[in-house]
Amino acid sequence: MNFEAHLPALQVVIPLLAAPLCFLLRQKSLAWLFSTIVTWLTFAVSVMLLAAVRENGPISYHLGGWEPPWGIEYYVDTLSALILVIVSGIGAVVMPFARISVEREVEAERIYVFYVMYLLCLTGLLGITITGDAFNLFVFLEISSLSSYVLISLGKDRRALTASFRYLIMGTIGATFYVIGIGALYMMTGTLNMADLATRLPELQKMEAALAFILVGLSLKLALFPLHLWLPNAYAFAPTVVTVFLAATATKVSVYAMIRIVYSVFGGTAFFDHVGIDETTMALGLIGMIAGSLVAIFQRNVKRLLAYSSISQIGYMMLGFSLGNVFGLAAAIVHIINHAIMKAAMFMAIGCATNQARVVSVDDLAGLGRRMPLTMAAMVVGCLSLIGVPLTVGFVSKWYLLRGAFEAGLWPIAFIIGLSGLLAVIYSWRLIEAAYFAKEPEGREEVHEAPPSMLIPLWILAGLCILLGTNASWTLDLAIDVATALIGPAGTGQGGGQ
Amino acid sequence: MTAEIFSTFNYWMVIMLMMTGFYVVIAQGNLVKKIFGLNIFQVSVFLFYISMGKVAGGTAPILADGYSVYSNPLPHVLILTAIVVGVATMALGLALVIRIKAAYGTIEEDEIEKLEEKEQ
Repeated sequence: MNFEAHLPALQVVIPLLAAPLCFLLRQKSLAWLFSTIVTWLTFAVSVMLLAAVRENGPISYHLGGWEPPWGIEYYVDTLSALILVIVSGIGAVVMPFARISVEREVEAERIYVFYVMYLLCLTGLLGITITGDAFNLFVFLEISSLSSYVLISLGKDRRALTASFRYLIMGTIGATFYVIGIGALYMMTGTLNMADLATRLPELQKMEAALAFILVGLSLKLALFPLHLWLPNAYAFAPTVVTVFLAATATKVSVYAMIRIVYSVFGGTAFFDHVGIDETTMALGLIGMIAGSLVAIFQRNVKRLLAYSSISQIGYMMLGFSLGNVFGLAAAIVHIINHAIMKAAMFMAIGCATNQARVVSVDDLAGLGRRMPLTMAAMVVGCLSLIGVPLTVGFVSKWYLLRGAFEAGLWPIAFIIGLSGLLAVIYSWRLIEAAYFAKEPEGREEVHEAPPSMLIPLWILAGLCILLGTNASWTLDLAIDVATALIGPAGTGQGGGQ
Repeated sequence: MTAEIFSTFNYWMVIMLMMTGFYVVIAQGNLVKKIFGLNIFQVSVFLFYISMGKVAGGTAPILADGYSVYSNPLPHVLILTAIVVGVATMALGLALVIRIKAAYGTIEEDEIEKLEEKEQ
């Protein structure tokens, strides 16, 4: 048995098997300890995978020894390895933070259920990223979705239940649309393996219906405007740990799936020219960028404000996705990573504030700048990244988005990016103003800084916002490599991630 | 024309069921009915997969004397998985409805929305 050869399977199997074991543990601190070890193990596996892929090129793993296209293939290239690292990394960093936060926000007898569902959700998200089989992707999509419905419904506010229900309806419709599209593709090609599909697809005219179903399905899952209606309440009323985790990973993995299907399977740019889906996704992305930020400005609930800001940031990713050139796609990929880090940091900062001072609305932040200086400083770093200030990660993605827009000859887009940035300044300022300049409400119990187990994960993420902003080449070089591999230097279409 | 309709009979039925389910999900305000609409919607896709694997005159893919035409078993196997997912979704959805009923005292969407507006 060669351990390294089985890394791709271990990536998914470790958290998958750990989930039922965690269910047997019952005791909440045991369950927490066990899941923490498992998530860090999973993170280690993904880092080893990324190192292996950078050294020896893409890995194709045949599950059960069945050769593709008959068996299920796990396919790891630089793009999927990057996404694996960010998903499992966020999954691991959140765990130390989770213990105290979950204790406060989830009812005691349900805490072990929380950890079980968390591990299952992680399994699903990693599975979507690693699989090279279109139907297997659906199975993992449903594993992650079903467990995230449960996670959201664990919130103590009763509106968490209706938010979870709404997400269940819309998420299931999205996943079912995806299956219809895959079924139509299977009818035409007789294969479900993504690499095999890419070589066998018939002329483009015959696949329009299939692609439409797949794109609408995935757009629902990634909350592309106007299919985002499930997202704000789900993020606002779920326990904070769940919001941190889902905001940083769930929608991002769906963006990855979209890139995979459109660029690797359908051949990307060549396909854009034919059907014009790039214009549709670009328009929706741009509207989402503006509308999300505009609505965020008028939110009172802090978590809802950040949720709407997520919708606008997803617009950035879809814009980069639809520009159809190397810079645009690289910007989308880098922004998946960057936004995961900054949004996780923001929600975590709010989570610390909620834990110490029961913060729900923006006004509740009043005076916390002095009471919780470290937490609020991390929040400011997150705000600066959202706006896209130089030396933060947000700037890196925006800069490449602009380069992509100019290369595509679409300079008016630069104005929209700028406008959306301005709107981000307004809603970020509301948070900063409340924390540093508003008067502290009288009669509040004394508020203390958050405990180290919450502050350390928070500052790991906030530190990464700055570190990856000043050393942009670490992620950017990988992203440009990936984008070049997907589009091909001359835009030859079938670059196919091979 | 008629021959054409009957040769694609299964797809017509799939589309009819799909639209029925989808309409129920959108139009019904009752949460339980929404879940059942969702289920009809999913079942239509099961039928789509199952009927696409059928080969006229084919039998189950088991080696036996005298049979040489087999139906494609792969879509059927895939749908076994999808059925499990469908059952899980329905169970979870109904469980949520029970919790919503306990928390709000109603399972009508418009009444829940009114209650939620007061809380904002």
